Amino acid sequence: MASLVGSRVERKEDKKLLTGRGKYTADVTFAHQTYAYFVRSPHARAQIKNVDTSKAEKASGVVAVLTGKDIVNDKIGGLIAGWRIKSEDGSDMKVPAHPPLASDSVNYVGDHVAVVIAESLDEARNAAELVKVDYKILKAVVKTDKAMNSENIYKDIPKNLCFDWLLGDRAKTQEAFDKADKIIKIDLINNRLIPNAMEPRAANADYNPSTEEITLYTTSQNPHLARIIISAFNGVAPENKLRVIAPDVGGGFGSKIYPYAEEVVCSWASKKIERPVKWVGDRTESFLSDCHGRDHVTHAELAVKNDGTFLGFKNETIANLGAYASVFGTVTPTYLFGPCATGVYKMPAAYSNVKAVFTNTAPVDAYRGAGRPEATYTIETLVEKAARELGMDPAEIRMKNFPTEFPFQQTLVHSVDSGDYNAGLKKAMEVGDYKGFAERKKESESKGKLRGVGFCSYFEACGIAPSAVVMSLGCGIGLWESAEVRFNPTGNVTVFTGSHSHGQGHDTTFAQIAADRLGVPIENIEISHGDTDKGPFGYGTYGSRSLTVGGTAIVKACDKIVAKGKKVAAKMLEVNESDVEFKDGEFIVAKSNQKKTIGEVAFACYLPGTYGEVKSPLPEGEEPGLKETSFFDPGNFSFPAGSHICEVEVDPDTGNTEVVKYTAVDDFGTIINPLIVEGQVHGGLAQGIGQALYENCHYDDTGQLVTASYMDYTMPRADNFPEFNLGFTCTPATSNPLGTKGCGEAGAIAAPPAVMNAVMNAVGTEVSMPATAEKVWKACQKMNKSNSKAA
Amino acid sequence: MKTFNYHSSKDVKEATKLASSNSAFLAGGMTTLPSMKLGLASYKDIIDIKRIKKLSGIKVSGKTVTIGAITKHAEVAHSKEVKKAISSLSSLAEGIGDPQVRNKGTIGGSIANNDPSADYPSACIALNAIIHTNSRKVSADKFFTGMFETSLKKGELIEAVEFQIPEKSCYQKYPNPASRYAIVGVYVAKYKSGVNAGVTGAKSCVYNDKNIADALSKNFSSSALDNIKISSSGMNSDIHASAEYRANMVKIFAKKAVDAC
Repeated sequence: MASLVGSRVERKEDKKLLTGRGKYTADVTFAHQTYAYFVRSPHARAQIKNVDTSKAEKASGVVAVLTGKDIVNDKIGGLIAGWRIKSEDGSDMKVPAHPPLASDSVNYVGDHVAVVIAESLDEARNAAELVKVDYKILKAVVKTDKAMNSENIYKDIPKNLCFDWLLGDRAKTQEAFDKADKIIKIDLINNRLIPNAMEPRAANADYNPSTEEITLYTTSQNPHLARIIISAFNGVAPENKLRVIAPDVGGGFGSKIYPYAEEVVCSWASKKIERPVKWVGDRTESFLSDCHGRDHVTHAELAVKNDGTFLGFKNETIANLGAYASVFGTVTPTYLFGPCATGVYKMPAAYSNVKAVFTNTAPVDAYRGAGRPEATYTIETLVEKAARELGMDPAEIRMKNFPTEFPFQQTLVHSVDSGDYNAGLKKAMEVGDYKGFAERKKESESKGKLRGVGFCSYFEACGIAPSAVVMSLGCGIGLWESAEVRFNPTGNVTVFTGSHSHGQGHDTTFAQIAADRLGVPIENIEISHGDTDKGPFGYGTYGSRSLTVGGTAIVKACDKIVAKGKKVAAKMLEVNESDVEFKDGEFIVAKSNQKKTIGEVAFACYLPGTYGEVKSPLPEGEEPGLKETSFFDPGNFSFPAGSHICEVEVDPDTGNTEVVKYTAVDDFGTIINPLIVEGQVHGGLAQGIGQALYENCHYDDTGQLVTASYMDYTMPRADNFPEFNLGFTCTPATSNPLGTKGCGEAGAIAAPPAVMNAVMNAVGTEVSMPATAEKVWKACQKMNKSNSKAA
Repeated sequence: MKTFNYHSSKDVKEATKLASSNSAFLAGGMTTLPSMKLGLASYKDIIDIKRIKKLSGIKVSGKTVTIGAITKHAEVAHSKEVKKAISSLSSLAEGIGDPQVRNKGTIGGSIANNDPSADYPSACIALNAIIHTNSRKVSADKFFTGMFETSLKKGELIEAVEFQIPEKSCYQKYPNPASRYAIVGVYVAKYKSGVNAGVTGAKSCVYNDKNIADALSKNFSSSALDNIKISSSGMNSDIHASAEYRANMVKIFAKKAVDAC
């Protein structure tokens, strides 16, 4: 049987998803359904003096109007920060209370004040206009770099500072800087982004008063986490009385890892009114209240010798957490950011200092790449600047500082198990025809265009994560993954995974793994995920973890199936277990033609007696049935790496910048399905190029979100991209038996610096993200590069 | 969306009779419906004019192209007659919005709305358009009066737009990367009597840029614009483009338009 691992199997789930047969949360409607509409704060910061619901309660179709007071009365707990970070001085981070419905104050535009529940959505929405909220408007704190010098938003959080965190050694780093020939400095902003999953968030909670059980359908990347938080922290229902189902989910990019106020409120309200409560966010709500991403202000320095050798690195960053500390809001700018900020290089000394601040903006949390794009953008724009200032080729300076021996102990935290960074960069230069750049630049010039080339070599830590490590760093949960492999009596297989697919293609990739491992045709394997009542507890999908951690759990469960199968087959074949080998779905007696298929063995396990011709007593002590569970806790993170090369053409008259050539060579370890991996790279690149050239979340000085629709928030589109040139190198991961490293975030991590380095190379001066046409035009004006005279 | 009365009229007289201070005519609905859905607008009566046959269709005579008010952008874009008479007008229509918008949106709806970044108003200005309503004929320079404002009176209905066929013309725009509306669009049209330069996106309302028009009337070549100064005063400034940038773009796109004529 040919191995499916490594083959371009078409996605099994696409027929359903592309023909409108998917089942999303908004598609679920219960009998006696009610509809929720949230009253949200129109102000960035205000005190709530009074909420008058009397008129709304009397409006047509209204079932209930609930406010923050009801939350307090019912003792519903607040939303949580999932990762405890300590400041450099040893003190704990400071976080404000985050009630699901505000009772005292609102802290960003879109903050939840009340919910109106009615027989129809229109009635709920119309009645919401009748809820009268008396606000005392306060001055909003909006800008990341000004937050520490502004009024305190919360009276017990001085300087709006959540924590002041340090990783690394300041004194040792300074010693390295003292020996430097040159110090390269950079100031940058990592622009704030809005995730924009294709499917807006939604929740539908159905409380059954006779069983006291709540079934919550929700748009989650991680239904098990939603269940434990809503039960243990919000106190809505005990865990055994709360079933969370994340059915088909249309993308998340991190913004759907954890439950929001809406899921808590729908679940609680359903219990209160004893009817199902459905909320489906509209696009505006999505812009306003999905957690945003990035938003760093950074000053970084690189100490170098004249020959290009790196000596040390300093990183001083202010990270905006938004109004509240979201579940992964505090780890994203610390442990997911700091360790990777020294990049893919030997760096003798380094530190990362991050001050995380609160502002009157939507909470900020993990967004595709989470911390690692910010880290990579910092180091890779700095390295390129070093190459410019030292007059070195950008590839040469990188190769000079790449580690060549693995495992490689990275400066700040990670022990990188495998990699070959030189091979990756060399291949990228080949695939991208770096040699031909000068010629292409001339061609562009003949059309009146400026052409630039930019590099990015990155590594990232994903495959999240070894539980013992992350819990020692303040994580409130373990990050292992589970799998249950269930042979059905007739020989086909259902695999339950604790991870969750919302676009990644698990139904296909995981089935390929199980098919290979069990020797069962892929069409006889079903992957089940997203329902806390099916399969064991798990930790969902994010941080490029599903295949590396969840896929390994499947491998281990399959191996247990085979181990049991061997015992049963030996008994059926009346030989010793040690004489039985398993290959391609068959248990074979060595040096004979005696064998049993795994299907026959499974059948025997379920009917442990004589059935027709099949005689199948189970071995003594073996239980009937064929189902195995495995929990895999990885021993290390995984470390994908690669080199990307971008070429842009700039029209100096308009500043319009076009990505004309993009080459990505990545090392994801073993690749299970190249078709899916290429798709993941394409999607990541689209988001990374989007951040570099187009996307920007903009709040005005009063905290109003200006980019609250697609009229103003620039989502990249297909016509903004060239054909991508992809290539791969492979050094298998040693921390999991598949050798996989994770591929979901790489494009979003590598593309922003590659694109921006190309833009800066083209115009010859620094430009900040996003490199909008006007910014680039101004840079061209400054450098006197226009073809035409200015107006 | 608030509840409203829906009327579908078969003729202009009936439609205009139904109109009140709290009504809206509905053609393609590309602006009206989203505004209603978002709660930005609400009406007591919606008067659907899509079934009024008189308002649809394209007529080309020797000197003019007349387009019925409810003619869709896609129809203008694909009309062989329009392409032959004023090809820049069909390519303008081809560049509005996306295929869905082009197959729903209408010329009458576009100019009645007078979005400061819409494409059609610049064509009206450049191509000496006469707007025919149920009660009068108005020239384009008197029709567009301000941001989202026109000289249409309450209940007055656009029936057709009549364009004067130029010797040469071209429309060039720089689309906003988010909305794809024009950040700046310049429609240059050359007649025996002189040149017009209809500019959209740059100010609160479409206008004929006299500096550009005069320079091109003397010498219809892009180099004629090299030394003119476009003032940024009165130009829009927003998160996408400053007034200074827009001023630059007006000149650049005027030149591009001339070069592409």
